[in-house]
Formats: sequence, C-alpha cells, structure tokens
Amino acid sequence: MNEIAVQSEDLTSVLPSAKVFEGKALKAQLARSTRREKTKAFLLVLPLLVFIGSMFVFPLADMMLRSVNNGPVAELMPDLAAQLFDWDQSTLPDEPAFAALAKDIQIAHKNRTLGKIATRLNFELSGIRSLLTKSARRLTRVEAVEGTWKETLIHVDKRWGDIETWGAIKRVLPGTTAAFYLSALDLAYDAKGNITHKPADRSIYVDNFVKTFAISLGVTISCFILGFPVAYLLSTLPTAKANLLMICVLLPFWTSLLVRTTSWIALLQTHGIVNDLLVWLGVLDEGNRLDMMYNMFGTVVAMTHILLPFMILPLFSVMKSIDASFMRAATSLGASPFTAFVRVYLPQTKPGIAAGSLLVFILAIGYYITPALVGGRTGQMISNFIAYHMQQSLNWGLAAALAGILLVIVLMLYWLFNRIIGIDKLKLG
Amino acid sequence: MQKLISFTSVVALGLTCVISVASAAERITVVSFGGAYTNAQKKGSHEPFMKKTGVEILSEDYNGGLGKLRAQVESGKVTWDVVDLETSDVIRACDEGLIDPINVGDLEPGTDGSAAAQDFMPTALKKCGVGAIVWSTVFAYDKSKIKTAPHSIADFFNLQAYPGKRGMKRTPKVNLEMALMADGVKADDVYKVLSTPAGQDRAFKKLDQIKNQLVWWKSGAQAPQLLADGEVVMTTAYNGRIYNAVKNESKPFVIVWDGQVMDIDYWAIPTGAPNKDKAKAFLIFATAPEQLARQSKYISYGPPRKTAAAMVDVSMKNDIPTAPVNLSNALAANAEFWADYEDELNERFTAWLAN
Repeated sequence: MNEIAVQSEDLTSVLPSAKVFEGKALKAQLARSTRREKTKAFLLVLPLLVFIGSMFVFPLADMMLRSVNNGPVAELMPDLAAQLFDWDQSTLPDEPAFAALAKDIQIAHKNRTLGKIATRLNFELSGIRSLLTKSARRLTRVEAVEGTWKETLIHVDKRWGDIETWGAIKRVLPGTTAAFYLSALDLAYDAKGNITHKPADRSIYVDNFVKTFAISLGVTISCFILGFPVAYLLSTLPTAKANLLMICVLLPFWTSLLVRTTSWIALLQTHGIVNDLLVWLGVLDEGNRLDMMYNMFGTVVAMTHILLPFMILPLFSVMKSIDASFMRAATSLGASPFTAFVRVYLPQTKPGIAAGSLLVFILAIGYYITPALVGGRTGQMISNFIAYHMQQSLNWGLAAALAGILLVIVLMLYWLFNRIIGIDKLKLG
Repeated sequence: MQKLISFTSVVALGLTCVISVASAAERITVVSFGGAYTNAQKKGSHEPFMKKTGVEILSEDYNGGLGKLRAQVESGKVTWDVVDLETSDVIRACDEGLIDPINVGDLEPGTDGSAAAQDFMPTALKKCGVGAIVWSTVFAYDKSKIKTAPHSIADFFNLQAYPGKRGMKRTPKVNLEMALMADGVKADDVYKVLSTPAGQDRAFKKLDQIKNQLVWWKSGAQAPQLLADGEVVMTTAYNGRIYNAVKNESKPFVIVWDGQVMDIDYWAIPTGAPNKDKAKAFLIFATAPEQLARQSKYISYGPPRKTAAAMVDVSMKNDIPTAPVNLSNALAANAEFWADYEDELNERFTAWLAN
C-alpha cells in the first residue's frame, strides 16, 4: 500500500511535469502558428495600411499641425524675437527693439526671406506686407543712423509708431498660435493681445458654418422625403420591374457629377427650361421669372439630386429584408394600415434611415463642386472657403483651422449617432 | 512566379528610368490657363520654339492660384518648368520663394536694339516674372437687347437708364475699382481712395446700388455665356473672351472700354523646376518681341513691350487693351495694393455678399 502510494506519488510527481511539458509545447506551437497567421494577415493588409498612413493619416495630421503652427517669423527674425520676448504691449518698444527690427529686415531682405515674414504678418494686420517691403527698400544700404533707429523707422513709415503693428509682430513669434482657429470663428486678437470679435462687416465663418449645417440638413431631409417612397416601391415590386427601376436610380449615380450639376443650371436658370415652360404656360409673366439658380435653392436642389442614391440604397436593402407577413399580421390583429405602417414597418426601417441620413449628411457637409458652380451669392458652403484659402489666399493655416472645425463637427455627429442609434446597427446595403 | 514578378518589376523599373531620362532630356512642361489663350501661346511661342530647339513642350492647363505650385515646391516634387501667373500670384509666389528670380539682362533686347529693361512696360518686369500679355477686365453688352448703347462705366451702375441684370466676377478685385470710377473717382486716384476705410465704404455703397441685380461668375468662360443665355444684359468680362465670342461665334456683343482695368500675366520658373536651363531658354524666347507680336494675332491681348506693340497685326490694333483709343479712362491694376488688402477686403466682400 505504502509502495503503491509512493509509486503513485512518484507518478503524480512525474505526470504533471509531463503535462506541463506537453502543454508548453502545444502552447508554443499554437503561438507560433498563430503568429505566422497574424504575420501573414498583417502582410496582406500592409499595403492598405501604408496607403492609408501615407495618403490619409499623415497628410491629415500635417494639415492639422498647420492650423496651430505660427509660421517662420521667430526663426527668420531672431534678434527681434529676443527683444520682444518680454515686451508688455502697453507702450511702444524701446530703441534696442527698433535696432533689432532694422537689422533683421536687412538680413531677411538679403536672404530673400522677407516675403515669407510679410505674408505671415499680413494675415494678422492688412498692410504690413507693403510696410515691410517699403522699409526694406529704404534700409537697404543704411549701416548706421544719425539719430535713433526708432526715429528713422517712424520717419520711413509712421505705422512703425503704432502699437498695433508691434502687437501683430509679437503675436506671430510664439511657436504655436490659436490665431487661425480664432479667425475661423470670427474672433481676433487686438493690439493688447486680448480676444475680441471681428467687426460685423468682416465676420463670415460662423454664419457660414451654420449655413453649411442648414443646407446639409435640408438636403438630408429632402433626400429622405423623396427617397423613402422610391425605396419602398423598389422593395415591393416584382424583381424584373424592381431591377428596371433600380437602374433608373443608379443611372444618374454613374453620370459625372459635373454633368448633373450643369444640367441643373440649364434647367433652372432664369432663361432655362423650367422658367421658359412656366412663362409659355402663362403661369409666370416674362418679367417675373423665378430665381432658382445661383442661390441656396439651386444648391439644395442639385445636391439633393446628386446625393439621392446614397439615401435610397441603404433604405432599399433594409426594406428588402422586412418580411411582408409582419404587416399582414398587424392588420389581421386589428391595426389600421396607417398604424401598422407607423408601429410595425417604420421602426424596422430605422437602421436604413439612420445609415442613409448619416451618409447623405456627412457627404453634404463637405460638398464643394456643386455649391461652387450653382451656389452663386447665397449658396456657398464652408468647403468653398477652405478651397479659397488653399488655392487663392494661400492662408493654409486658416484653411486647416476651418477644416479642423469641420472634422470635429463630423466626429461629434458620429459620436452622437453612435450614442443614439448605435453604429453596429448601421446597414449600408 | 516569384521570379516572374521580380523580372517584370526590374524590366518596368528599367523602362521608367529610360522613359524619364528620355523625357528629361527633351521635354519641358509649360503651364497656362488653357482655351483660346493657350492656343495663342502655342502658335506664338510653343511651336516656333519646338521647331527651333527640338525641345518638346508639354502644355498643361490650370485655373490660376498658387495652391498647386506651393504643394509641388514644398513637397520637393516639382513637375512644372514654366508657369503663367497673374500679377498678384507672381508677387506672392516670389515672396514665398516658390519661383526663381529672373535676370532682366538675360532677356532679348527690343527690335530697335533697346535693352529689355527699357523696352518692357515698367510693371511688366517683376523680380521673378516677365510680362507676357496685357489683358483687361472690361464690361460688355449685347447690342441686340439694349436700345441705347452704354458708353461709360457709370452706365453699368445706372439701373434707371439701363434696367436688367449685370454679371460680375465673384471677387472684390476689379469690382471695387470699377465702382469707384463709376462714382466719379479719377483712375489715377482709385487706389489712393481705396486704401482708406471711407473709400472702401464708398465702393461698397456704389456696389449696393446694383446688388440685387447682380449675377456672379467665377471662370472667364462664364461671362460671355451669361450674356449669350440672356441671363444678364451686361457683364464684366475679360476682353479676350468677348473678342472671341464676337469673332468666332458671331455674337452681337460690344465692349465698352471706359473704366477698363488692365492687368498683366507673367511667365515664371518654379523653384526646383526639373529642366531649369531649357525653361529659361523658353522664357527668354517667349518674351522676345517677335513671339509676343505673333501671339497677339490670335487673341486680343496686347504685348507688354514697346517694340512688340509696334508690330501688332493691323486687324488687331484697336482690340487690344493698350490701343490708344481704349486708354482714355483706363486703370492699371495695382497688385501691391491687393497683396496688402486682399484678405481683409475679401472677408468684407464675402460678408457683404451674404447679407
């Protein structure tokens, strides 16, 4: 008995280690093989990751950094930056600052970097650009001055005697700045460095964000009102007819955006087909033709048409999966067709409505070409301003700030959507 | 399979090398605004240059603005060799170091032997760009739709005498100048007045008079189209576009030269252009008097140098902005002013449009 016990003890003392050994080997093997699988999977998606990283994440991050980057002035005017470091902005700076300014202007002029400085400063205060170039021209060969640099510079242009000019220079010296975001929200720094509202006749962005939001909402609602019945019809028709109708829905989807937009111009302009028809029918007088193009109305109409498929397709795919017997069951239990529709059918289409609305809204909020072509005076959206600052004014900092705000708004909407509906319930087709 | 892939990639790599070497050797990319304008440049400069030097010119179109150029220079992948820039862009691009400075001494002298510096209009020689054409923003009307012909820029703002919609470019530039001239400011004083807040108020107030009758255009081709569609009774437009519509499409349009705002387009070489030497050779060739004069045969934009202006074809003599008959009340656009005030005035203009 004892021996057996000993033996079994021996056995038990041996067995677990064998088990452990085998287990370890198995685990290691498993780990090896899963690692191999993982590496393979990773290698397979690597091209996509590299693509997204280099074409999307990196440029996006780069642009976002630009929205807070204060530009190269501090680097290009090191002496002046040092002099203005503890200037309190209440009185004009002293002689050393003026001397440093004169020297830095001369150096920058020689190195051809004055333009970069001038461009950045002119975003802060209109007119500084010519002030700098003019001063540079006058100071070209001046080595030393008779009086003080302060007198000389103020004699060259009296704007050097304004605190406002110096305040603008001081503001562009720190490495990062909130100026572009402030500007994108119609705010600005005053000469003392406090945040103030821009004058009403120069405030444009907040109103435009609101307008962009309103247009996108309008487009989403019109898409829903127009798209829902079509999707319903598509889902209930027999396959052959549904396919034909589906092609009608998709055909404009395959047509160039520009073609569709310009067709709306031909249709809706003052001497366009619709107005001509109304005048011919006697509904309108020749003098009272409707303004339907080059305004907000034209933008909403053209965008609704272009974005309609993005509403219909998710709705259709959801409706297709709803069993018709639910409705029959509801009516057989005594519901009127209306109640059955509202209480049984509609709730089941919710994922489709949510997907379609989110898709249309997010596409609409960043729309650019259509408003640029048909927006005229009142139908311009925020993307048109971003494009303007990218291409024309070259104020990439402001463009990045505007785009950043737009991005935050979209992310917030996405978050809200996730909280209310749940992103996992989304059905895109 | 592996071998096949590596083999093909090596071949492909080799081919691209060969192709890029070949193209680097004898091809330059010249970028301009397209349409009738680029066609005139092709006839005037590109084709003779290709014949003379054997260098192939790849003509590319763009819509103005410095966005693309800046992206190319900042990323270090410049593909443009020569680019046609508007005045404000030539100044800004030079400021930002996007284009190279040009030595005036390298340019071809005038046909009378005078140095380029004397032969060119003073405003046509910028630090980094050489003037190629003088173009102008004028206003034009459709004579089949207006009974009494308008004569002055004031008539464009006079809704009582000339009812109907007007077209204007959606930008404060030129519009504010025209508004001031229509309000009685002399061409010489326009920019002095416009630099003051009171002058800016005055210009916007003048624009207020026709605000609800205005239709806005963006690209040069839209202006004659608005006129042709009957959307407007008169519109501001680039003079070359109206000339083209009259000559080639037989439209009944008439240009009113009073209050015209002249501007210049420049050839420039991007910093880091891939074929700098050939680009420079092209720029010098294209701005020589013969080429500038030949170019103006195909489009009604004038050459910005004296000896070239003297050689302009008789048929075109009175259709270019610098023709003496068109200069009685003309304004030369001041790019320095706009470089200073564009951001501010554009914000104000946008706010004005929205309200």
